Amino acid sequence: MSFRQPSVLPGFGLTFGFTTFFLSAIVLLPLAALVLAAASMHWSDFVHVVASPRALGSFRLSFGASFLAAAINLVFGFIIAWTLVRYEFPGRGLIDALIDMPFALPTAVSGIALTTVFAHNGWIGRYLEPWGVKVAYTWLGVTLALTLISMPFAVRAVQPALLEVRRDLEEAAETLGAHRLYVFRHIILPTVLPALLTGFTLAFARALGEYGSVIFIAGNLPMKTEITPLLIVIHLEEFDYQGAAALGVVMLVISFVVLLAINLLQAWGRRRHVRAAH
Amino acid sequence: MAAAQPAALAGDARRPGQHTWLHAMVRWLFIAVSLTFLAAVLLAPLATVFAMALAKGVQAYLRSFADPDTAAAIRLTLTTALVVVPINTLFGLAAAWAIAKFEFRGKSILITLIDLPLAISPVIAGLIFVLLFGLHGWFGVWLREHDLSIIFALPGIMLATMFVTFPYVARELIPLMQQLGNNEEEAAITLGAGGWMTFFRVTLPKIRWGLVYGVVLCNARAMGEFGAVSVVSGHIRGLTNTMPLHIEILYNEYNFVGAFAVASLLTLLAAVTLVVKTLVERTGYRRR
Repeated sequence: MSFRQPSVLPGFGLTFGFTTFFLSAIVLLPLAALVLAAASMHWSDFVHVVASPRALGSFRLSFGASFLAAAINLVFGFIIAWTLVRYEFPGRGLIDALIDMPFALPTAVSGIALTTVFAHNGWIGRYLEPWGVKVAYTWLGVTLALTLISMPFAVRAVQPALLEVRRDLEEAAETLGAHRLYVFRHIILPTVLPALLTGFTLAFARALGEYGSVIFIAGNLPMKTEITPLLIVIHLEEFDYQGAAALGVVMLVISFVVLLAINLLQAWGRRRHVRAAH
Repeated sequence: MAAAQPAALAGDARRPGQHTWLHAMVRWLFIAVSLTFLAAVLLAPLATVFAMALAKGVQAYLRSFADPDTAAAIRLTLTTALVVVPINTLFGLAAAWAIAKFEFRGKSILITLIDLPLAISPVIAGLIFVLLFGLHGWFGVWLREHDLSIIFALPGIMLATMFVTFPYVARELIPLMQQLGNNEEEAAITLGAGGWMTFFRVTLPKIRWGLVYGVVLCNARAMGEFGAVSVVSGHIRGLTNTMPLHIEILYNEYNFVGAFAVASLLTLLAAVTLVVKTLVERTGYRRR
């Protein structure tokens, strides 16, 4: 097989050439510069930066809070998607449109708005304060911000899968006396499982790299409420390019692994879908 | 993000025979949990933006836009979007034509690479350009010798924004053009139309709504980008501060009316983006 199958349509050379050139210039070459900058470091220097207590603390927070946020969205994302797909209530169309808001809203705006709402004198924060729950300027705040910005990914991953659930199977099972939980476990869950996991991973990936909304609500104390992207910025502000590059490469590698996981999960979902259709 | 089809939604929700008390309870519980969750994490922050912006009255709100630094930030954001969005639109159209109209090896790798910026932290998007063009970066000395500045200046802001918003138009157009197929274009070419004529007369009218949404989304992300721009901008007031960066400065100076006033503009922009998305979906164009 040759590189390209023949076609009567013109413009392949122009569009393919422009695409690959622009992709290389804006995305691939700059990313290669990051990898090279980290590769030119001495191995011991690299480890010194990446395994420093402050870096490890930031990894712990970034991973922990992102995982927690993705888990929260796994639960609430499913509940919201289910509500939007299965129930009719006033304002459903509006809510459905609003789900994408965190995606369209600049992160700096969500950051200052969330901080204001959950500060000790904020609309919600003031009711949490008497219970001893502090959200703003703690890891809880970090988790909350990450939950907000990654929410659309979880909901939008599950919604189309829920539409695919075979209602006739559900009704047949219920007619035959199956309990609702049995139906959920054996008919609904298997259909939406790949989508749920994809949504979880997408939300996790988005949360891991987030910067704008977190830095306002986090308080940014080293070892405690300092996320890894912020630590990269701090290295850069100190003109420690190598330190920034080392942490950047670690995050880049993790992004690639998560991206691979998403692709595998989506392929799994498609395979199951095809098998179910036969 | 694939949107559900409204017609299918309505049909699903109106299924009869679901009226046992357990169903009713689960139903109300799910609706209540969904609405409470969204009200706490989404609606309250959105309402806060406007409540804080107008906390000292409409006069104070409007006055905050008269501040020269705020006006400069708005101008810079508009300039950046004006350069970045058309370039990324052109790229999106070219990428979609190459990928959707032709079969070639390595296509799925190319699609993955185009999506790459979505998976990468915005801070890393800024970092890579600092490593290349910063004072201690690869081209730093050369740039200084030639009296050029990219980092802490407009070109850096544009590059970082371009990286971050790179995939949006392409992502919107590729699945749409794949779904629409090649038959009409092939007919046009066979009948003697040129490539450009085929594109403008046949393809563009078919994909225009998807293109509109892709451009609007790309624009919203370009105007709202914080992390990547924050790394390359240098935060020089009135000079390299975009709107989101200016929000940060005002907020840290406890100028809440000013900060939330700028934030309210960006919130309105996000709202407009969602309205366009909803309208585009109403035209019958569906993703996936």
